[in-house]
Amino acid sequence: MKKVYFDNAATTPLDPQVREAMLPYLGELFGNPSSLHDWGDMARQSVDDAREQVAGLIGAQAEEIIFTGSGTESNNFALKGLALAQQAKGKHIIISEIEHFSVLHSARTLEKWGFDVTLIPVDRYGVVDPQDVHKSIRKDTILVSIMHANGEVGTLEPIKEISRITLEHNIIFHTDAVATVGNIPVNVKELGVDALSLAGNQFYGPKGVGALWVRKGVRIIPLLDGGIQEGGRRAGTENVPAIVGLGKAAELAAGDIPAKMTKFAHLRDRLLRELPARIDRSVVTGHPQGRLPGNASFCIEFIEGESMLMMLNMKGVAVSSGSACTSKALKASHVLIAMGISHEVAQGSLLFTFGKDNTDEDIDYVLEVLPPIVDRLRQMSPLYSKFVKASKGGS
Amino acid sequence: MPIYSQKVMDHFTNPRNVGEIENADGIGEEGNPVCGDMMTFYIKVKENRLDDIKFKTFGCGAAIAVSSIVSEMAMGKTLEEAMKITPRTVADELEGLPKNKFHCSNLGAQALHKAIDDYKKKQKKAEGGKQ
Repeated sequence: MKKVYFDNAATTPLDPQVREAMLPYLGELFGNPSSLHDWGDMARQSVDDAREQVAGLIGAQAEEIIFTGSGTESNNFALKGLALAQQAKGKHIIISEIEHFSVLHSARTLEKWGFDVTLIPVDRYGVVDPQDVHKSIRKDTILVSIMHANGEVGTLEPIKEISRITLEHNIIFHTDAVATVGNIPVNVKELGVDALSLAGNQFYGPKGVGALWVRKGVRIIPLLDGGIQEGGRRAGTENVPAIVGLGKAAELAAGDIPAKMTKFAHLRDRLLRELPARIDRSVVTGHPQGRLPGNASFCIEFIEGESMLMMLNMKGVAVSSGSACTSKALKASHVLIAMGISHEVAQGSLLFTFGKDNTDEDIDYVLEVLPPIVDRLRQMSPLYSKFVKASKGGS
Repeated sequence: MPIYSQKVMDHFTNPRNVGEIENADGIGEEGNPVCGDMMTFYIKVKENRLDDIKFKTFGCGAAIAVSSIVSEMAMGKTLEEAMKITPRTVADELEGLPKNKFHCSNLGAQALHKAIDDYKKKQKKAEGGKQ
């Protein structure tokens, strides 16, 4: 059976060159970077090299990169660490409604710790209005965190416009760039932010490793206390193989981005155009143009995402969904709800995220196998029969 | 390990008794699209037995499998026997359901019971009309 992987936002595969680079560190190069002998020197050197590679990908300086265990950790670290470092100055934090749970839930924790959080709404495409950020700023605002792009609907946020505002008000600005780093050009100076999160498994690096970039001179309180790894900002023996892998992935991504963007945008535009043409009552979610090249997201009415996902899986196609039934918490995607999509329609969420191995034939294949699945589920759906009866009655 | 048992997958991929019954003797609807799952059951009753059962379901794989197995479990049973079907016996018949899905997707028994109640109400009304 044909196999098509359209779930690269969940994780990309590991690039074989990245795996090759990592292997020695799972073998003979096992040293602890904190050790002072040759074993330690080699490990330390490799971590330093990876730091240079990651910094190079985002236009930063190596010493500004802090390696973490994931994008989630980077976001937790940024929100809590930056807020705590400035609590003498104020207690107010601004984030958007469509942030990743690692930002949203960190903000919730900060509320319990006595901070005040303002949630900025988004428009129907999932875009934050910089003026809303401006209007929310108070005298005691110490931190703004708005994501660079939303991984569920692909929408890109106006980070540069927001950073002009935060700079003017001298407020620290963090962006969750997990969905963008390694996939589109990201330069911390151009964005004008003070801190930025990224994760390895979004661009062919290993899982279990991420990084937080914090601009030199910006204070952050560590989440993990212990030794003085990562300049004292993140204690714990470094995950050397994963860090080496992240570095290699960053180096490869720097060269791959232009070709990847062209290819993904072609596949995306085909699917955004052709899927709604083949399936009536299906809508594109997210911004029609201002979106990640590798993201095509939809809601298909009258049926539920998990059923579609499972039937696509039986045809060898991997996708994801923001439906309530797909989530462990059994709640519809907060992103779709924030965009004003009804719970009923959000149940039909289907997300395709592209990777380097995807081809036009993969798009052809999913366009061939999905419509019969939709038909089948709609034949079972009481919502669809009500819709059919109502439209017959109306005509 | 896959989240669903083989039996759930079987009923999800080949659901039994999907459809609607025209002039059904009873109709029962349970759940709503906001919480994720919604089921409508249609029944035909002959001499106090469920002579035919059809359903339509909006929801996840578990919800579809639940509807299918309930229709199979209740087919040919007396109304009293059918009222004894519970979410627990449904889940057991399906060789288990994921813990977090036990309540939300497991609405088949309630939808069937509502259809039976609907039938009984209609019967009463019809009897009342005769007097």
